[in-house]
Amino acid sequence: MDTFLAQFLSGLATGGVYASLALALVMIHQATRLVNFAQGELAMFSTYIAWSLVNAGIPYWGAFALTLAISFACGIAIERVILRPVERGPVLSMVVIFIGLLVILNSVAGWIYSYTVRPFPSPFPSEPLFGQHYISSHDLGAIAVTLAVLVLVYAFFRFTPLGLAMRAAAQNPESARLVGIRVGWMRALGWGLATAIGASAGMMVAPIVFLDPNMMSGVLLYAFAAALLGGIDNPFGAVFGGFFVGVLENLLGAYLIGQELKLTVALVVIIAVLVVKPSGLFGRTLVRRV
Amino acid sequence: MGELLTARGLHAAYGATQVLHGIDFDVAAGSVTALLGANGAGKTTTLRALCGMVRTRGTLRFDGERIDGCATEDIVRRGIAHVPDGRGTFLDLTAEENLRLGGYTRGGRRALGPDIERMYGHFPRLKERRAQQAGTLSGGEQQMLAIARALMLRPRLLLLDEPSFGLAPKVVADIFQILATINREEDVAILLVEQNASLALEFADHAFLLETGRIAIQGEARALRSDAAVRRSYLGY
Repeated sequence: MDTFLAQFLSGLATGGVYASLALALVMIHQATRLVNFAQGELAMFSTYIAWSLVNAGIPYWGAFALTLAISFACGIAIERVILRPVERGPVLSMVVIFIGLLVILNSVAGWIYSYTVRPFPSPFPSEPLFGQHYISSHDLGAIAVTLAVLVLVYAFFRFTPLGLAMRAAAQNPESARLVGIRVGWMRALGWGLATAIGASAGMMVAPIVFLDPNMMSGVLLYAFAAALLGGIDNPFGAVFGGFFVGVLENLLGAYLIGQELKLTVALVVIIAVLVVKPSGLFGRTLVRRV
Repeated sequence: MGELLTARGLHAAYGATQVLHGIDFDVAAGSVTALLGANGAGKTTTLRALCGMVRTRGTLRFDGERIDGCATEDIVRRGIAHVPDGRGTFLDLTAEENLRLGGYTRGGRRALGPDIERMYGHFPRLKERRAQQAGTLSGGEQQMLAIARALMLRPRLLLLDEPSFGLAPKVVADIFQILATINREEDVAILLVEQNASLALEFADHAFLLETGRIAIQGEARALRSDAAVRRSYLGY
């Protein structure tokens, strides 16, 4: 029973990271109706930036905030410089650009920082909280960070005029222009926010999986599974999906299929969702009068 | 009354297909102008040209300033609201969110509250439906929502593209009555595209008639109503 509980809780912790990255995917999807395959590598790159900042002697939370700000700016820059010229192009060109970004970011990170695996600091104490032994402080902290990000994202989309404008721009760009929304900037803003959210996911997962240019490849696959399971247009769904996939992966890995086959769990989830319920568990199937 | 909008030598094209061949017209401040014509004459294109939604040539002035070549969102911000062909409703958002978006350029939640209430005053049906997904509203309700959304901008010129399209006569009558009130009370000029020529000429002060991208006749709506050619071709009596 004790091992079961421990496995369950550590599943929740990794699930929190999947959830954060899934939130970033949902964010870009909200802004552009596209799924960004380079999301994981962007998060990895942000984590390296954080690592450089920490190594330069900046205190952890200062480096954390600075990394979010830098990532936000980079996300906007990528949208404006790389994606804007092809925004009227077919979806396929976007997908190819995403894959190109993925490969380029990965190689550039390897070139600058080398492929050596490095430790990454955790901001949370090393001894478990409240004297229990089921879940480490870092795991608990990572879950808390994920939930905080979720609340912020939800409040942004639900309660701010800017969040509403972003949803409108994604849904119906022409009508959005007709009410005076600068649609291009809404897309860029979506990219900035998604990159910042991804950065927080990267910084939370790096102490667990260690820092190297390939650290996010598996995580991204789980995040896809999470976002699809929860519904790609629903931030809550994505976070639920993240925790669910994390726990499922951990329990199956521990009791059923072993560590080597764990990644297939993500693929099985993706295929199952696409076949059984393409809109995901909480995705809105839109009612429309024709 | 001064001219609010003037178009001189306005051409418009979709790719290689020329739709407007140099038209001149004015819309006076606070007036109602009807734009009539058969299918494909270029009515919708004229409205799209005014909002920078299609490639144009010629000069457009709004309130004395050039707006040709400006981006759609900048033209809108100067006070031209457009209810486009097909209504342009944000179908996945609620009715009230649609209204909030209409006032997007005018600032936050608090500033918009009284305006939203004013729209509910004009269109009480929308108040009942405020939390409903806009895509589930009836055709008439969606048209009301589209007009209310456009008015949230506090425009000086309202462009309406076939507001009567697909609606029951009773609903059309209601909508035009509300439009008349808004035109009178809020000093909003209206440029109206309509298939239903008798309705439009009834409602408008001025009118012009497009034929394959050129203006065939223009003048006071009353005069056009009694013009023999217009009656034969567009009014059917």
